[in-house]
Amino acid sequence: MRLANILNLGIKELRGLRRDRVLLILILYAFTLDVYAASNAMPETLHRAPISIVDEDGSTLSRGIADALLPPYFLPPRLISPHEMDSRMDAGLDTFALDIPPNFERDLLAGRAPVLQLNVDATRMSQAFTGGGYVQSIVAGEVSAFLDRPGGDPGPVALDLRARFNPSLDKGWFGAVTSLIDSISMLSIVLTGAALIREREHGTIEHLLVMPVTPFEIMASKIWSMGLVVLLASGLSLAVVIQGLLSVPLNGSPVLFLAGAVLDIFAMTCLGIFLATLAGSMPQFGLLLMMVLLPLQLLSGGVTPRESMPEIIRAIMFFAPNTHFVSLAQSGLFRGATLAAVWPQLLMLAAIGCTFFALSLGRFRRTLR
Amino acid sequence: MSGAEIAEAGRFVARLDGVGLGYGRTRALDGVSLDIPAGCLAGVIGPDGVGKSSLLSLVAGARRLQDGRLQVLGGDMADARHRRASCPRIAYMPQGLGRNLYPRLSVFDNVDFFGRLFGHARQERHRRIHALLQDTGLSPFADRAVAHLSGGMKQKLGLCCALIHDPQLMILDEPTTGVDPLSRRQFWRLIDRMRQDRGGMSVIVATSYMEEAARFDWLVAMEAGRVLAFGSPAELMARTGTADLDAAFIALLPADKRRDHRTVVVPPRPQPAAAVPVIEAESLTRRFDGFTAVDDVSFRILPGEIFGFIGSNGCGKTTTMKMLTGLLDPSEGQVRVFGRRPDPRDPGQRRRVGYMSQGFSLYSELSVRQNLDLHARLFDLPASGIAARIDEVATEFELQPHLDMLPGALPLGLRQRLSLAVATIHSPEILILDEPTSGVDPVARDRFWQSLVNLSRQRGVTIFVSTHVMTEAERCDRVALMHAGRVLISGSPGEITASRAAATLEEAFVGYLEASAGGSAGNEDGIPAGMPAAAPSGVATETASQPQTFALARLFAYARRETLELVRDPIRAALATVGSLLLMFVIGYGVNMDVENLSFAVLDGDDSVLSRDYALDLSGSRYFTERPPLTGYDDLDRRMEAGELSLAIELPPGFGRDVSRGRGVTVGAWVDGAMPARAETALGYVQAMHADWLARRLREAEGEAAAIGDYRLEIRYLYNPDVRSLDAFAPAVIPMLLLLIPAMLAALSVVREKELGSIVNFYVTPVTRLEFLLGKQMPYVLVAMVNLLLLVAFARYGFGVAFTGSFAAYLLGAFLYVIATTALGLLLSSVMDSQIAAIFGTVLATMVPASQFSGLIDPVTSLQGIGAFIGRIYPTTYFISISRGAFSKGLGVPDLARDFLPLLIAIPVLLALAAAGLRKQAR
Repeated sequence: MRLANILNLGIKELRGLRRDRVLLILILYAFTLDVYAASNAMPETLHRAPISIVDEDGSTLSRGIADALLPPYFLPPRLISPHEMDSRMDAGLDTFALDIPPNFERDLLAGRAPVLQLNVDATRMSQAFTGGGYVQSIVAGEVSAFLDRPGGDPGPVALDLRARFNPSLDKGWFGAVTSLIDSISMLSIVLTGAALIREREHGTIEHLLVMPVTPFEIMASKIWSMGLVVLLASGLSLAVVIQGLLSVPLNGSPVLFLAGAVLDIFAMTCLGIFLATLAGSMPQFGLLLMMVLLPLQLLSGGVTPRESMPEIIRAIMFFAPNTHFVSLAQSGLFRGATLAAVWPQLLMLAAIGCTFFALSLGRFRRTLR
Repeated sequence: MSGAEIAEAGRFVARLDGVGLGYGRTRALDGVSLDIPAGCLAGVIGPDGVGKSSLLSLVAGARRLQDGRLQVLGGDMADARHRRASCPRIAYMPQGLGRNLYPRLSVFDNVDFFGRLFGHARQERHRRIHALLQDTGLSPFADRAVAHLSGGMKQKLGLCCALIHDPQLMILDEPTTGVDPLSRRQFWRLIDRMRQDRGGMSVIVATSYMEEAARFDWLVAMEAGRVLAFGSPAELMARTGTADLDAAFIALLPADKRRDHRTVVVPPRPQPAAAVPVIEAESLTRRFDGFTAVDDVSFRILPGEIFGFIGSNGCGKTTTMKMLTGLLDPSEGQVRVFGRRPDPRDPGQRRRVGYMSQGFSLYSELSVRQNLDLHARLFDLPASGIAARIDEVATEFELQPHLDMLPGALPLGLRQRLSLAVATIHSPEILILDEPTSGVDPVARDRFWQSLVNLSRQRGVTIFVSTHVMTEAERCDRVALMHAGRVLISGSPGEITASRAAATLEEAFVGYLEASAGGSAGNEDGIPAGMPAAAPSGVATETASQPQTFALARLFAYARRETLELVRDPIRAALATVGSLLLMFVIGYGVNMDVENLSFAVLDGDDSVLSRDYALDLSGSRYFTERPPLTGYDDLDRRMEAGELSLAIELPPGFGRDVSRGRGVTVGAWVDGAMPARAETALGYVQAMHADWLARRLREAEGEAAAIGDYRLEIRYLYNPDVRSLDAFAPAVIPMLLLLIPAMLAALSVVREKELGSIVNFYVTPVTRLEFLLGKQMPYVLVAMVNLLLLVAFARYGFGVAFTGSFAAYLLGAFLYVIATTALGLLLSSVMDSQIAAIFGTVLATMVPASQFSGLIDPVTSLQGIGAFIGRIYPTTYFISISRGAFSKGLGVPDLARDFLPLLIAIPVLLALAAAGLRKQAR
C-alpha cells in the first residue's frame, strides 16, 4: 500500500467531480434547500390540527369551548351538524370531531356528569394522542373557568412541566439535523457506489488495475475524496443552513457532531462500494439504493423513537451506522453531552465502519478478478 | 418549386447548403455545401473527427440542424413535418458496432422491434424478418442474445434492422470498422445485392477504409469540417494524378497537413542475443458461463518483437490480453510474463508492463497533462523527474500543443496517441495494446505506428498488439490469426501469405477463415451460397407516406421491448417485487408511533407515603419504565444529557405534608426535548396521569361533593380502535413503496438509452415522444400493479390489517397512482443526461416528499412552508388518503373517488413535462 497512490487517485476523483455540474448542483440542493424545506415544514408541537365541533348544546359553555380551540394548535374549529361528522372524518378533512351533547351545561351544573365525545382519526397517530390530551386540558380549563374554579384547580397540586434542551418542542430543530443526516447517507452511498459502477461501465477501473495500484488503494482513495466532499458539505450545511438560516440553537459541540460525521461517512462510503459490487448495472443499483436508504431514514431513530420499535428491528438497526449517529447527534448537538457521554456511539460507528470496509474490500477484490 | 427544380431535386437524395454544426466551441461542420446524388452508393471519406458522423446524423434527421439548409428526399429537414413524413423512408445505422441494438434482446426480437415501430402487420413482419435473417445468414442465431454475437454478426443484424422497412435512403456510419476481412467482404456483397433487389435505393456510407471506398460510385472527401473534393473515385484519382485512393486523399489535404504524413518504415529487427521469450502462453483457455472465449491458444514472444494478434471483434483477442495482464485468470493453461505468472498484487511486475485497453479508458474529466501526471505518480516515478518525463513523452508523441486540453475535445487519433503516451510513461519493457488504432484514420494511424516501431527498434520494447487492419498486421514481425477463440495460424506475415499462395495477407486470412468455416458445422458468418436473395416484398407495402400522429402499434413496440428487457433481467424484477415486500415488513413493523417504555426516574425529596403513591402511578403504567431514583440535581443533569432518561420527576420536600394540608405545592417534570415527537407524547401521558391522580385524591377527600362540575370526555378512536401503529402505517407505507420503486425503475429507462446510445432509434423512427414515453411506462405500471397486489396481501394476511373498503375502487386509485409515479420517474429520466444524476435526482424528488410531506406521519394540513406546498400537489398525499380510506375507514367508491381527481390531473401534467423535456433530435 502506498499513501501517495491513495492521495493521487483521490485528487483525480475530486478533479472529476469538479467538472460534473449536474452532480454539484444536486449536492448543493441536498445540503441546503432539502434540509431547509424538511425542517421548515415540520410542525412545532401540535400544529394546525383540523377539528370540527358538533354543538348540540348551544350554551355559553359550549361556545366557550369552541372559542378556546385556537391556532396554532388547532385550525379554527368548524361548526358542523351531527350527520356531517362521519363524512368529514371519512374524507380526512378533520382529525378531531368534538360532540357536545344537548343540555351539556345544564347537566354539568346539576351534577349529572354529562359525557362529551371526542372522535379521533386514529390513522393519524402523530396527532391522535397529543391532540386528545390538548382537547382534554382545554375543555377542563373552560369547564373550570365556567364554574369559577380558578386555574382549573380541584386541589392544590400543580404540575410544572418543562421540556429540556428544546423548550418549545420545535420539531424543526431535530428535523433539520435528521434531514442533514439523511443527505449524508445518500450522498456518501451515491457518490462512491454509482461512480464505481460508472467507472466499470466505461472501463476505466480495469485500466487502473494493470498499474501498480491495489484495490485497497482504489477504494481508500474514493472513500477519502468523496468523504471529504460530503464532510465539507455537511459542515457548511450545519453552519449556514441549520445555525444560520434556520437559527437552530445548538446546545452542544459541533466538533463532536462532525467527528461522528467522519465515522458515519466512512461507514456509508464503504456501504456504497459494497452495493456497487452487488449490483450488475445502474438500474439494479438504483433499486438497491432505495432498499437501503428507506430503512436507514425511517428506522434509525430520527423519525420515531428507537425504544418503541420491535426487538427484531432494533437488533437489525443496531448494525446501521445511522442509528448511532442519530443518537450521537441528539446528545451532542442538543443535550450538550460531552465525549464522556457519547464515546460508546463513536466506538460503535468506528467498529461498524471498519467491518463495512473489510467486507466491501473483500467483495471489491473478488468482482475485479 | 418549378418542374425543372423538382426534376433536379430527384437527382439528388440530399442537398446541403452552408450547413454548419458546432458542439460548444468546436466546429464539427463548417459551411458544407454539397449535393449527394440519388440511387448510388455514395461514400464520405476522411480521417476520424472531420465531421463525417455529424454530417450523416444530420442527413438522417437524428441531429438538430443548426445553420444552413438541408434537403433530404426532396424536403426541408428543418421542418418537423417533413422529418416525420420521411423517416419511414430513411434507415440509419449509427457508428459503433451494434450501438443502436439492444444487447439483452435476441436477434429476432431486435428486428421484430424495428418492424413494429414501422407498423407492419404480424404476418408481413414475420415474412420480412425471415427473409432478412435468411439473407444475412443469421437465421440459425435468431434466438441468441445480441450481447453474444460477434462483431460481424452484429453488423449484419444492424443491417436487417435498417432494411426492415424498405428504405429509399440508407445511411451507414462506419459499418465495417472492427469487423474481420471475411465478414467485411460478405457485408459489401450483401449491400450490393440489397441494392439490386431494391432498385433505386440510395446508400450513403462513411468509412475510413480507402480500399473499400474505391468501389463506391461517388465520394466526398472531408477534412476539418469542410469538403475537400467530390466525384467518382476515378475522377478523384485522375484529378490528383495518383494511383490509389489513399494517396489521392493525402494529395487532397492542405499542404500543412500533408507534411505531417510520413510513410512508416519498419527497420529489420536486430537478432536478439538471448532468445528467452518474455511472454509465453501455453494452451490458454478461458470460459465464461457455458461459452468458450479463448480455446487452447499458445504463443511465445521474444524481446523487442512486434507481435500482432489479428481477428475480428469478439474473437477472443481482448480476453487473451486480459489474461496476459493478469486481469483475468485462465480457466486452463498457463501464462508467463518475464518467466513468471502475472500477479496483479506484484507492483514490481506491473511497472515493467504498459497496457492500453480497447476504447478510450483514460479520464475524460482530467486534462492531458493531468492524465499523464496521474499515471506517472501511480507508477511511482520520482517526483522531481515527473515534469521532465511528461515533457519528454509529450514531445515524442507530439502532444505538446494539447497538454491543457480535455481528452474529449481531441480527435480520436490524438486520443489514441495520448493513451499510448500514458501506457509508456514509465518506460515499460512490454507494451500490450488492445486495438489501439480502432477507428483512427490512415494518416494518424501511420504516425501511431511510427511511434510503435521506434519503441521496438530503438528501445527494444516488446510489443503485443491486436488489430483488425491488415496493413498494420503486415508491419508486425510475427502475427497470429485468430477466429472464434482459436489461433488459425501464426508466423511472419510473409510466411502466412506464402502458405496460402495468396497475393496479400488479407487474402490469406480470408482463405484461412473460409477453410475454418467450411470445416466447422457452425457456419455463422457465411451466407448460404446460391441462395436467392429474399424478394424485396413484391407487395412492397407502401408504408403510409404520412405516418399517423399517434399509433398504438409503435407504443406497443416500445412496451414490448421494455418488457423483454425487464424479463431478461430477473434480478431487477425480483428486487422490485421481493424488495418492496421486505421494505414493507421492515418499515410497517418498525415505524411505531406508540411511545412505550419511556425511561423515567424520580427525585423524591419527600419520601412520604403520598410521594411514593404519586411515583407508583407512573411506574405502574405500561408507558413508563422506572430507573434507579435520582440522587440530586447533578445526577439529573448528567443522566438526562446522556439520554438515559426521557423524563425526570421532582417531588419537593414536604410534598406529602403540603398536599394533605391543602397548601400549594408544585411537582416538577422534565422531559427530554431533543426528540420532540417523543417528548410531546410523554408530556401528554404525564398530564393525564397527574389529572387522574388528582381526581382520585379529590374523590377520596371530598366524596360526592366533587360531583358538581364532573363530566367525562369520552375519546373514541375511529378507524383504528386499538390505536395500533401497524393499522395506521401499513396502509400508508404501500403508497410510499409504490412511489419509490416504480419511479426508480422508470427513471433509468430513458436516460439509460441516452447513455448507451440506443436513443438514436427514437430519433430516426416515426415514434412520437408520447408513444415512446407511454410505451416505456406500460411495463413498469404493470410491475407496480403486481407489487400492489403483493403488498395488499401482505398487509392483510401478514400484518393482519383489516381491509374494510371497496377493493375495486382501491385498485382503480392505485392504477392512477402508479401511472403518476412512473410518469414522475420518466420526467426525471427525460431531463437528466446521466444515470447517476437520474438516480440522485429520483432519490431527492421522492424520498423526502414521500416520507415527510405526504401525510405519512404529520397530516399535510399541519405542515407549513415549502413542505406544505409540495405536500398539497404531491400524488402520494392523495393515495395515502385513498389507502387509509379503503383499508381502515371502510369507504366505498364515491368517497374514495374524491381523491382520484388530483391524480387525474397529475398524470397529464407529469407526462406533458416529460415529453417537453425529451428531445426528438440530438443537439
